[in-house]
Amino acid sequence: MPKSAVEVHNLTVSYSQRPVLWDVDFSLPEGKLIAIVGPNGSGKTTLLKSIMGLTPMSGGFVRIFDQPLDEVRSQVSYVPQRESVDWDFPARVRDVVLMGRYRPKNLLSRLSKTDREVADWALDQVRMREFSQRQISQLSGGQQQRVFIARSLAQQAKLYLMDEPFAGVDAASERAILDLLMQLKESGKTLLIVHHDLNTVRQYFDWVVLMNTRLVAAGPVEEVFTDANLQAAYGGQLTVLSKVADRVKEGGFPVREKKVKS
Amino acid sequence: MNNLLQFLSLSDPNVRMVVLGATLLGAGAGLVGVFTLLRKRALLGDAVAHSILPGVCLAFMVGQSKNPFVLLLGALIAGWLSLLAMDYLVRRTKLKADGVIGLVLSVFFGLGIWLLTIIQQSGAASQSGLDKFLFGKAASITSQDVNMFTWVVLGLVLVLLLFYKGFKLIAFDQDFARSVGMPVRLLEFLLSTITVLSIAVGIQAVGVVLMASLLIAPAAAARYWTDRLSVMLLLAAGMGIIAAWSGAYVSFAAPSMPTGPWIVMALALLTGISMLWAPKRGILGRSLRQWRYARKIALENVLKILFQLEERSGMAGKGYSRVSILEHREIEPGPLNMVLRRLKRKAWATEINSLWRLTEEGLTEARQIVRRHRLWELYLHERLNLPADHVHPGAEAMEHLLTPELEEALQRDLGYPVTDPHQSPIP
Repeated sequence: MPKSAVEVHNLTVSYSQRPVLWDVDFSLPEGKLIAIVGPNGSGKTTLLKSIMGLTPMSGGFVRIFDQPLDEVRSQVSYVPQRESVDWDFPARVRDVVLMGRYRPKNLLSRLSKTDREVADWALDQVRMREFSQRQISQLSGGQQQRVFIARSLAQQAKLYLMDEPFAGVDAASERAILDLLMQLKESGKTLLIVHHDLNTVRQYFDWVVLMNTRLVAAGPVEEVFTDANLQAAYGGQLTVLSKVADRVKEGGFPVREKKVKS
Repeated sequence: MNNLLQFLSLSDPNVRMVVLGATLLGAGAGLVGVFTLLRKRALLGDAVAHSILPGVCLAFMVGQSKNPFVLLLGALIAGWLSLLAMDYLVRRTKLKADGVIGLVLSVFFGLGIWLLTIIQQSGAASQSGLDKFLFGKAASITSQDVNMFTWVVLGLVLVLLLFYKGFKLIAFDQDFARSVGMPVRLLEFLLSTITVLSIAVGIQAVGVVLMASLLIAPAAAARYWTDRLSVMLLLAAGMGIIAAWSGAYVSFAAPSMPTGPWIVMALALLTGISMLWAPKRGILGRSLRQWRYARKIALENVLKILFQLEERSGMAGKGYSRVSILEHREIEPGPLNMVLRRLKRKAWATEINSLWRLTEEGLTEARQIVRRHRLWELYLHERLNLPADHVHPGAEAMEHLLTPELEEALQRDLGYPVTDPHQSPIP
């Protein structure tokens, strides 16, 4: 049994009382290219954020490489949604990629020559080297996404969490990004990717996490990516569940009686 | 002129204090304001400035002194309380950020005015000089004040230098900063503290009401001139300093003029100039580029017409009158005269007996435009499956825009074609 890369235990997250993730529980193996798939508002981004510790959980816990996140943080790289930042920020492409080399340890010191070499290497990987001095607001959507991925590569992690890297990118960028993800997988990295295009799931990914507020299924694509599971994730609302969620919100009940310690 | 020299020499100790004080405040607020602006907290800065007033008043009432450090402490506490209050209200109530900012600003400011009234009625106002916090009184900056400003500004420059990378990261992408384990809360705390500090000292020059401008305007103006954060910081500090000197000079030259408001006026002027003149982002720069582009299009269109007239007649060397050029209706008579003059100047066309014809160089240029036009038509026709009679308008625009590299790519993609969709040769 290979070591698990990401283990999510009964994870529950609520926004202003209403649960957006409800008892999500799965374990993902190392070295796979894994998609998180589900309809809009099904909590995909929230799942990624809570794995990364960016969203307070109301229950459950997450372990990465069988350890708490803080122990292995330097081996995890997170790529937020492209729209989550203001691209009019005064920075050039290389500045952003260099941010992938920022660590709490080097917060007060200058970046080293190695850091700069790694950043250039990462830019080569996404085929953006010639844009390294370009102002980031002048890039196309696909190029911006590649800059984000280069920043992530510069972190030289073992686990990559990416939020919609294929959203709103041109065909050339999609190809370049996909090649890169495949390469990373070949070299033994684990990639967990929020994905919106159901048509390409079979073609791109090994594993899939299907969800809609709760987990529908998680496993190898050929076993899990079935019509029945898709129906369960996308077809019809879980009316009872959403009614209970509404009641939780109205009543101001906690989702858990006591906070569960990990 | 004489009094400008006298001002610049800083020989008057009073002037020296005012200029020194305002310079420190302008530079400090300019630097910190860059991060306020980039983190989209401009309104927050205004709210903090107003919220500082009750802190200053309470510090005076409790401490019974106008020692600037005591007042600064009061200002710092009140500024921080207002930040915490806003943060709490945004997270815990249904109110949105703008509503919360408006609410906290007016409640704190109201409290401040009330306390100020109490102090004034107690008769201590005249010596307290607290009213200067309302509209600022740069002209009465003392050496004791300058002493305090120096320490505060030095401190915030030091914090900015030390934590520059961290501040840059949380300003651009806070989630990412947290994901790599950066001490985001500490960084935010430091940034907020130096912001409150710079506001607390800044209001002594321009007052509570105008403080937001001292904080935001230098950064907003600096943003127009650069794409780099480090340069933007230096420019913003520079703008703050220029404004400080200008304001101080105006009130030196015309003693009835208040310094603070003139500092703000100078900042407004600098921002206005930046909006207009900045090379890439400025309004004038953009219009200039559009105007140049229009000129280029007009010139290239006339080249093309002359080329086509020659092509159609089937013989070289014959010239064409203005009337036959105008028949093409792509250009008005007025602009045509201008374009013809430019063609003559460039030696791309010659005029003999009011007949115009292209020179060798002109012919080369014209061929290039016609080639691009026809290549693009062919591209639209073959690759985008547009019918032959729909491709002309698109090519009219693209012929001016294609670069040699794009042209080469088109040639390659289309297999070095010889005719366009209308069977005209591609020159």
